Amino acid sequence: MPTVEIPVEKWSGKIHEVRLGGQGRKEVVVGGENTLPFLHFEGSIPNPPVLAVEVLDRDPRDWAEPLLQAWGDVLKNPAAWAKKAVEVGANLIALRLKTAHPEEGNTGAEEAKRVVSSVLEAVDVPLIVLGPEVAEKDNEVLVAASEAGRGQRLALGNCEEKNYRTIGATCLADGHVAIGKTPIEINLAKQLNILLSDLGMSQDSLLMDPTTGALGYGLEYTYSVMERLRLAALGGDKMTSMPMICTVGEEAWRQKEAKTSEGVPDTWGPLAERALRWEEMTAISLLQSGANIIVLRHPSTVEKVQSAITRLMG
Amino acid sequence: MSMTGVQIYKFLPKTNCKKCGFPTCLAFAMKVAQKSIAITDCPDLSEESTLALESAARPPIQIVTVGADEKKIEVGGEVVMFRHEKTFYHPPGLVIRLKDSTPLEENLKQVEAVASYQVERVGMMFTVDGFAIENDSGDAAAFAKLVAAVAEKAPSPLVLMSTKPDAMKTALEKAGPLRPLIYAATTDNWSDMTELAKAHGCPLAVAAGDGLEGLAGLVEQVTGNGVENIVLDPGGRDYLSSLTQLTQIRRLALKENFRPLGFPVIAFPGEGTDSNEEESMLAGQQVAKYAGIIVLNHFSPSTMYPLLTLRLNIYTDPQKPIQMQPGLYPIGNPKEDSPVCVTTNFSLTYFAVAGELEGSAFPSWLMVCDTEGLSVLTAWAAGKFDAERIAKATKEFNIAGSVNHHRVIIPGHLAVLRGELEEELSGWEVLVGPRDAVDLGAFLKKSW
Ligand code: B12
Ligand code: SF4
Repeated sequence: MPTVEIPVEKWSGKIHEVRLGGQGRKEVVVGGENTLPFLHFEGSIPNPPVLAVEVLDRDPRDWAEPLLQAWGDVLKNPAAWAKKAVEVGANLIALRLKTAHPEEGNTGAEEAKRVVSSVLEAVDVPLIVLGPEVAEKDNEVLVAASEAGRGQRLALGNCEEKNYRTIGATCLADGHVAIGKTPIEINLAKQLNILLSDLGMSQDSLLMDPTTGALGYGLEYTYSVMERLRLAALGGDKMTSMPMICTVGEEAWRQKEAKTSEGVPDTWGPLAERALRWEEMTAISLLQSGANIIVLRHPSTVEKVQSAITRLMG
Repeated sequence: MSMTGVQIYKFLPKTNCKKCGFPTCLAFAMKVAQKSIAITDCPDLSEESTLALESAARPPIQIVTVGADEKKIEVGGEVVMFRHEKTFYHPPGLVIRLKDSTPLEENLKQVEAVASYQVERVGMMFTVDGFAIENDSGDAAAFAKLVAAVAEKAPSPLVLMSTKPDAMKTALEKAGPLRPLIYAATTDNWSDMTELAKAHGCPLAVAAGDGLEGLAGLVEQVTGNGVENIVLDPGGRDYLSSLTQLTQIRRLALKENFRPLGFPVIAFPGEGTDSNEEESMLAGQQVAKYAGIIVLNHFSPSTMYPLLTLRLNIYTDPQKPIQMQPGLYPIGNPKEDSPVCVTTNFSLTYFAVAGELEGSAFPSWLMVCDTEGLSVLTAWAAGKFDAERIAKATKEFNIAGSVNHHRVIIPGHLAVLRGELEEELSGWEVLVGPRDAVDLGAFLKKSW
């Protein structure tokens, strides 16, 4: 019999460990691995990837039918929604402050504080708070969220090149974690991590969002940029060693495949099944490219992806 | 792993005797490197050199062909661990499993459904590759009957699954010319199975339950017996063991040039999971992580379509997006008074928009600008889709010559370009369309 010596890479780097929650709240730790996803034969993976469920601060009237059906009435109330999300297995809640968008109601700090507090009160898992993705409004509501969640170690996002200072500073002041988001580009991701570090943020207080392309809609770009970021990190680059967060639900459910039931080929299969598969398939592939936190929308996807993670952790 | 001329030269006799028809050994080596002539044209090559050159010229992962004629699939032949390093070239074959213990009628219905399944994406048509037929009944006659029926109804790449050489033999009498993959040679039957593979010129799967060493040992016996077209089954079935083994095999082949495991791998996601949905997720993992052939226990459009899409995503060239030729495209049967829509030459974008226009009540002109294959916002952010470029394309494609009006519709995401574009295209009215192509039909109804 030939002897087989399994090649093992001697990586010099390691993903930073980032803690969320704590202090009475459940704690979730991500990162810490010193090998590629699930390669337990090569290195140690102390913390499994975790799943967050996306909760909006308003009724998601424009969401696809399968989502509305699955969640039902709780969609009218972010606290109730978050509670149910935890019941179906969410490790984290990702609260999106949508109504702060100038075209969605243009609410401000007061409303942000109120919603964040109500969700914090309703659940004991850590909270991610995301702004409406308009730089000034992000600054306004994320600072408010930061104050409302002082000491709870939230993750606040997104920091982009335009507005990383304000969000970074508030995270520093209130002990939160900042999420830096860049458009599928390794150097931009690294650059933003450097900028945030220069503000004084420590490496264990940063997450990065590489920007998710859904299955069939740019997934391959996200997949590869994540692999490159991870390889750079394992190669010893500390400024690419942040755990990665992927907004899978938001992207997958935006696509025609997850929304349309009429006027599409029969070979797509029925919407109620196909839409779920779109989210699952996007998630499972990004787990393989190094996602540490996956933000999902459908309760059944949470269950399925969780089961895959559990099995991959051995 | 192709060799350079200089590398090949090292193995030549270096006598410049010209018997090969070239003035020097080096000149000959250069031609061999370009693959325009064969190394055997040098009559004085030593036996060791011949062997060394042949084995060095072989790809680290063998390319294996399953099936005959146009419907065959080629798997293996990969050269990198990560797609950004180059490309993943040979998409894994997706085949649907049939059991000979299922009533024939039911099986044939499934064959019909699978064989007629096709789905379009970015202008390409995707189908399921073939079938895996399992001798679940243990009865050779039942196996042969199903194999013959499938071979007749859907002559496609097949995997024949039986560990009994007798059953395999009768099945191959029916389907041998289709060059099916024989699954599988094991420690008990490998000698008979290799003979069958040789007799029918078929690829052979090698399965060993006791780890990669056992597998490599068995492969060496099989290759020693003269079979070169091999597919590996390392035995791992669940998420973790599959990922581990497939990664280890790929690494051994690429990094260590370890010949006994330098072959594509077959995966059975249905055996490590409990439902159709879970099977398709594990299959997704295996598409991304290194499978060569994936045998699916279930078939349904709603799992097949995402899987085929993922396969397309993972196996596209990362340096070059799939692109359209820039130009003015008629969608439906547009007339002089039909709408003109502006978009990019990224295939995904083009087909999203063209598909919606086709489905709308408005035959239209679609003006496809050269954005070097980037989507609307990506191109805009990269400065490759601005007012100036759109105006230039309008003139280049002579839009005014095809229509009797002066109105163009731009993507909703580019609303900011409107003023500037109206300046560049004096006399034209620029309408801002919806952000999502899905809403184009409704938009045209309201605004055209
Ligand atoms: C995949 C991707 C890439 C890929 C490129 C893929 C490609 N071939 O285009 C890569 C990784 C290379 C890339 C690079 C960059 N990207 Co990019 N990328 C994406 C991503 C994830 C998806 C884009 C996509 O493929 N969409 C699918 C296609 C089909 O959409 P579409 O073309 O817009 O078409 C739709 C509509 O516009 C509409 N439509 C199209 N045509 C028409 C016509 C009419 C008349 C109408 C009515 C409608 C219509 O219909 C389609 C379906 O609804 C998005 C973010 C996201 N999640 O969407 C970012 C995004 C587009 N990228 C962005 C940026 C900034 C960049 C970079 C500049 C980053 C950098 N500095 O390097 C580079 C630029 C490229 C370069 N320098 O060469 C930004 C743009 C920001 C902005 N608002 O301007 C985005 C939005 C990410 C973000 N949130 O920051 N990117
Ligand atoms: S025949 Fe062989 S030895 Fe002679 S010149 Fe050609 S390569 Fe060299």
